[in-house]
Amino acid sequence: MSDAVIVIEDLVRCFGAITAVDHLSFEVAAGSVCGLIGRNGAGKSTVIKILTTLLPATSGSARVCGHDVEREPMRVRRAIGYVPQALSADAELTGYENLLVMAKLYDVPRKQRAVRIREALRRGGLEHASARLVRTYSGGMIRSLEIAQSTLHEPRVLFLDEPTVGLDPLARKMVWDHIDELKASARCTILVTTHYMDEAERLCDRIAILHRGRLAALGSPTELERSIGASATLEGVFAHYTESEPETAEAYDETSRTRRVAQRLG
Amino acid sequence: MRPPGPVASPSVSAERANGAPLSAAAALVRKAIAVAEMDLRKLARDPTELATRAIQPILWLTVFGQVMARARMIDTGRTPYIDFLVPGVLAQSVLFIAIFNGISVIWERDLGIVHKFLASPTPRAALVLGKALGGGARALIQALVVLVLGIVLGVRLNLSPIDLIGAALLVILGAMVFSSFSLSVACIVKTRERFMGVGQVLTMPLFFASNAIYPTSLMPDWLRAVARVNPLTYQIDGLRACLLPGGSVAHLGLGVDFSVLAATLIGLVALCSRLYPAIVR
Repeated sequence: MSDAVIVIEDLVRCFGAITAVDHLSFEVAAGSVCGLIGRNGAGKSTVIKILTTLLPATSGSARVCGHDVEREPMRVRRAIGYVPQALSADAELTGYENLLVMAKLYDVPRKQRAVRIREALRRGGLEHASARLVRTYSGGMIRSLEIAQSTLHEPRVLFLDEPTVGLDPLARKMVWDHIDELKASARCTILVTTHYMDEAERLCDRIAILHRGRLAALGSPTELERSIGASATLEGVFAHYTESEPETAEAYDETSRTRRVAQRLG
Repeated sequence: MRPPGPVASPSVSAERANGAPLSAAAALVRKAIAVAEMDLRKLARDPTELATRAIQPILWLTVFGQVMARARMIDTGRTPYIDFLVPGVLAQSVLFIAIFNGISVIWERDLGIVHKFLASPTPRAALVLGKALGGGARALIQALVVLVLGIVLGVRLNLSPIDLIGAALLVILGAMVFSSFSLSVACIVKTRERFMGVGQVLTMPLFFASNAIYPTSLMPDWLRAVARVNPLTYQIDGLRACLLPGGSVAHLGLGVDFSVLAATLIGLVALCSRLYPAIVR
C-alpha cells in the first residue's frame, strides 16, 4: 500500500508483565477514516499514544507521514493533530484563547492566525461562543473546540481518542458533522477510537478490531459483517472477535478515566 | 506517496523550525511566552489567589518581625531586624508561590491538556520555561505587595529604578528556579496527594536553611554548608544587596548571586524537560 500515511509494523508495548500492544501491524490509507475498536484494555489508547509520540514502543516500529515516531518525533508532531480522550480545552480560557495558544504552538504564521481561527470556529459551529469561557460550553461544544484546536495547522493525520464519550445524541451528531466537514474540506486522514458501533459504522471507511493488543480483524464495515455471516451487524462482529476473554487488567483504569470524562462533559 | 491536500503550510512551518540554532532558540522563547501568557490571562481573570497569598507575608512582617525585633535576639549589625527581614520575607513568599506551581501540571495531566501540548511541535523546554515564567510573573506581583508593606512599616529601602529592576529580576529568576524544581517533583511523583506531601516537606527546610530570617553567620557549620548550596540564600543575598542601603549587610555580590541562580535554572529546566514527557506515560 504505497499511499499509507500510518504504517505500524510488529509493534509491541509492555507495561511490566502486561503486554498492552502485542505484535501489531496494520496500515491506514491516505484520506481515509480508520476506526480502532476493542474492549476496555484492548490497547487502543496505547496505540494512539505511540503514534502521537507520547509513549515509546517496546519494540517494532510506527511511521506517520513517512516519519518514524521515535526517531523523528518533531516531524511527526508537525504533521498530526491529536484530540485526547480526556478534556484538553482549558476551561478558564475563552474558546478564542484556546485556539490562539495552539496556533502559536503549531507555528501558524502570524498573518494567517486570524483567518485560520475564524475558519476553525466556523467548522465547529462556534462562531458566537468564541469570546465565552469554555467553562460555560456544553459537552459537544467543548469537543468541537478541541477538534478545532487540533486542526488549526491543517494536519495530514488527525487522531481522535473516543471523541463522543459521555456526549448526548445531539452533541454526538454535532461532533460527527464536524468530522464530516474535516473529511470533505481538509481531506486529512483520521484515526478514531470508539466504543460505539453506530459511530464506527457512520464515520469509518475501515475498522481495525483490537483484542488483547492484537489485530483481530480489519476491513470495511461491510466486509467485516460479511466475514461472520449473511445478516450480521457490526455489534455482532465486535462480539464475535472480542468475546472470548474477560476484560483485562487495565480495564479498571480505563473505565474510571472514561467515567471521569463523561462526568465532566455531561 | 504524499496525499493531495493542504501540505504547503505545515512544510513551511517545518522549515522555519528546522532552521538555524538561532531560530530554534527564538521558537523556544516564543512558545514559552505563549504558554506563560495563557497562565497570566487566567490569573488576571481570577486574582483572588493573589489576595489570599498576601496574608502570609503580612503575618511574618507584622507579627514575627515585630516580636523578634523587640527581643533583639538576632544580630544583624547596624541594620534594624525588620529591615533585614523584608528581603527574606519577600523571597519566602516567592518560594511559597513557586514551590506549589508544579501541581498545575498534574491537574492538566488529569485533563488532557499536557497530552495535547506534548503531541504538538513544542520543545519540552518551552513548556517548562513557560510554566516557570508564569510563576515568575505571579511572584512579581507578590513582591510588590511585600515591598509596599515594608514601606508602610517604615523600612528604609533603596527605591531607585536600577535597584528595583535588579530586585525584580531576582524575584523572577528565583521564582523560575523553584517553579522548575517544583515541576520536576510533580513529574516524578505524578499524583496530587504525593505532591502536596513532598511540597510541604521541602518548603520548610529550604526556608530555614537559608539567610531569610537570620544571617548565615549565626548558623552551626553544618547548617551554613546547607545554606551555601541553597539557591534561596543567593536570591535573598541579592535582594538585600539591591534593596537595603549600602554596606549595611555583608553580601556575596550580585554577580555571584545572579550566576548561581541562572546556572541552577538552566540545570533544572534541562532536567525537567527530560522528566516532562514521563507524566503522561
